[in-house]
Amino acid sequence: MSDFMQQPIREAPELAPAWLRPLQQRGREAWQQTPFPTRKTEAWKYTSLQALQQRFVAADRDSASTDVSDIEFPQLGGPTLVFTDGHYSPALSSRELPDGLSVVRFAEADDAQAARIRELLGSAVAGSRHVFVPLNEATLADGVFLDIQPDARLEAPIQIVWLTSGADAALALSQRLLVNCGAHSEATLVETFASSDTGATAFTNGVSELLLGEGARLQHCRLHLEQDNAVHIGGVHIRQSANSQLYGFHLALGSDLKRIDLVVDHQGAGAHCELDGIYLPRGSETVDYHTCIEHSVPHCTSRERFRGIVGDEASAIFNGRIHIHPQAQKTRAELSNKNLLTSHKAEVNTKPELEIYADDVQCAHGATVAQLDPMTRHYLRTRGVPREEAEVMLSYGFINELVEDLPCAAVRDFVKPLLASRFARNPRLTRHLL
Amino acid sequence: MLKIDNLHARVENEDILKGLNLTVNPGEVHAIMGPNGSGKSTLGHVLAGRPGYSVSAGSVQFLGEDLLAMDTEERAQLGLFLAFQYPVEIPGVSNMEFLKAAVDAVRERRGEEAIGSVDFLKLAREACKSVDLDQSFLKRGVNEGFSGGEKKRNELLQMMLLQPKLCIMDETDSGLDIDALQVVSRGINEMRDAGRAFILVTHYQRLLNFVEPDHVHVLAGGRIVRSGDKSLALELEERGYAWLEDAA
Repeated sequence: MSDFMQQPIREAPELAPAWLRPLQQRGREAWQQTPFPTRKTEAWKYTSLQALQQRFVAADRDSASTDVSDIEFPQLGGPTLVFTDGHYSPALSSRELPDGLSVVRFAEADDAQAARIRELLGSAVAGSRHVFVPLNEATLADGVFLDIQPDARLEAPIQIVWLTSGADAALALSQRLLVNCGAHSEATLVETFASSDTGATAFTNGVSELLLGEGARLQHCRLHLEQDNAVHIGGVHIRQSANSQLYGFHLALGSDLKRIDLVVDHQGAGAHCELDGIYLPRGSETVDYHTCIEHSVPHCTSRERFRGIVGDEASAIFNGRIHIHPQAQKTRAELSNKNLLTSHKAEVNTKPELEIYADDVQCAHGATVAQLDPMTRHYLRTRGVPREEAEVMLSYGFINELVEDLPCAAVRDFVKPLLASRFARNPRLTRHLL
Repeated sequence: MLKIDNLHARVENEDILKGLNLTVNPGEVHAIMGPNGSGKSTLGHVLAGRPGYSVSAGSVQFLGEDLLAMDTEERAQLGLFLAFQYPVEIPGVSNMEFLKAAVDAVRERRGEEAIGSVDFLKLAREACKSVDLDQSFLKRGVNEGFSGGEKKRNELLQMMLLQPKLCIMDETDSGLDIDALQVVSRGINEMRDAGRAFILVTHYQRLLNFVEPDHVHVLAGGRIVRSGDKSLALELEERGYAWLEDAA
């Protein structure tokens, strides 16, 4: 692995604005001091990084002309920033901004904006155990900063799209998003990652930081639609101030490897977060979600529901950590992870990881791994529904409960047919789902 | 319509049905009564093709075809319907999509086209009214969180939409309060016609006060030990099953 440790840094793009250089330097130093995770590292016990054993190179040409028209992503009508192979694509983007929102690319930030970004960047990942954050910083050339003014109520969803065209083999991307939700603001944010199905390998190292001010409400959807040989190692790091509310919806279609760390730090009393997630690896794909809720202060609540359907020889890993600090009395935390295995060779490793140091708390967790219930399938068949269609309906139903709870209708409408098509290519089998 | 000849069936290596004979003609209502464990529910499950229920001997003709050679869904598409004693809850699959999938499967088997969504919604709403189930139940997960009575009404709703030829009601009356029992009975009576037959599996005479059977059979020890008209049900209510079990 030593090659992998050195190589991306040597080939990091030189395009970064000057003010990012110190961050890059810090990242480089930290990365070089980080022991590379192996299967003996607890947080990577079930996840092989073998897919990284090749030479990845950042795209240095202008990608504005790269054809990405075959890649689907939600059309949500709000402000949209699209990046292709790591480069901003103005033609695909829409920068009409509502009052109360400013959107700045790191690469175009003026001095004042750069100072603001420097002040906030890294504040949610500080202290994170995520070993790939330093690599993200060492190789960072651009990023997006969303600044939502206090009390702003943003109706239309804001979407950031990262496309991988497949035009370059073994592409390396460092993606960074920084969101500051001012006090009592309300917004919907959708992060979408998608690739073409050319089969070209790509390694995305994405880090998003979401800072929720006091009483802020954020709906956050993160859709991982990259296919085939895509490798995504990334994380979302969220800091919640008092009485803020976060709803998160996470979706990962399978690919060679997806490892997503979600870390929510409740730093102010009365904060509440809900995280829903769906993962659907098949073939020989791997999806790994590591979630961590830090209950650092009293009177906070969290609720997590992750569901996965694992087919063929695919594997899924779910690790749900809930850390209730000694002073975090009156915490209420719920965690549920359910898995459906549709093949005898499919594998899931699920682990709740509860560390509770306060005594007046409620904490519930549950994990299940099961196959389709034969009695349920029989019931559908006794009504004439053919076996194959019954199985598609039941698989879809398993995750549909979470999809139905997605508050953003535009995302829901995009996600439903996409999910249905995952279970059967024959439209006859999915025609009753929508 | 249905001809069961010397049917032997086992569940988990235990013989349950031991030579059952029964003929049901179009338009008839048959009640099957009998003590616990006599095989009443097993009969319904075997006819519907439940996994784990194996037939070791005998034959079943349904509308002139070999029922036992058919998959579960084929039996349903041909017109066999089993109302479950314990309907299954399916969270995440809405009642509406489930019902439409079922109706389309049955229609297509008959060579008809899938029903349009608008027409179907209209039909489903009417059926809801008939079984006294609020329309909001169409949007909920199949049987999810339904009370016992609501589940039974939902079975009846499915039966009305599918318009089967043979309806097997497995203890549909158990656990129903008197109002729900009347709703269910009314639904059955509305569906009675010259081309359709019913097998009512029941413990009690109560249902038969509302749905008058043409034939009453007593199932004991895996066989039909006595058949008669509706007066047999009254006699059973009075005397219990012991005298017949002794005879068997």
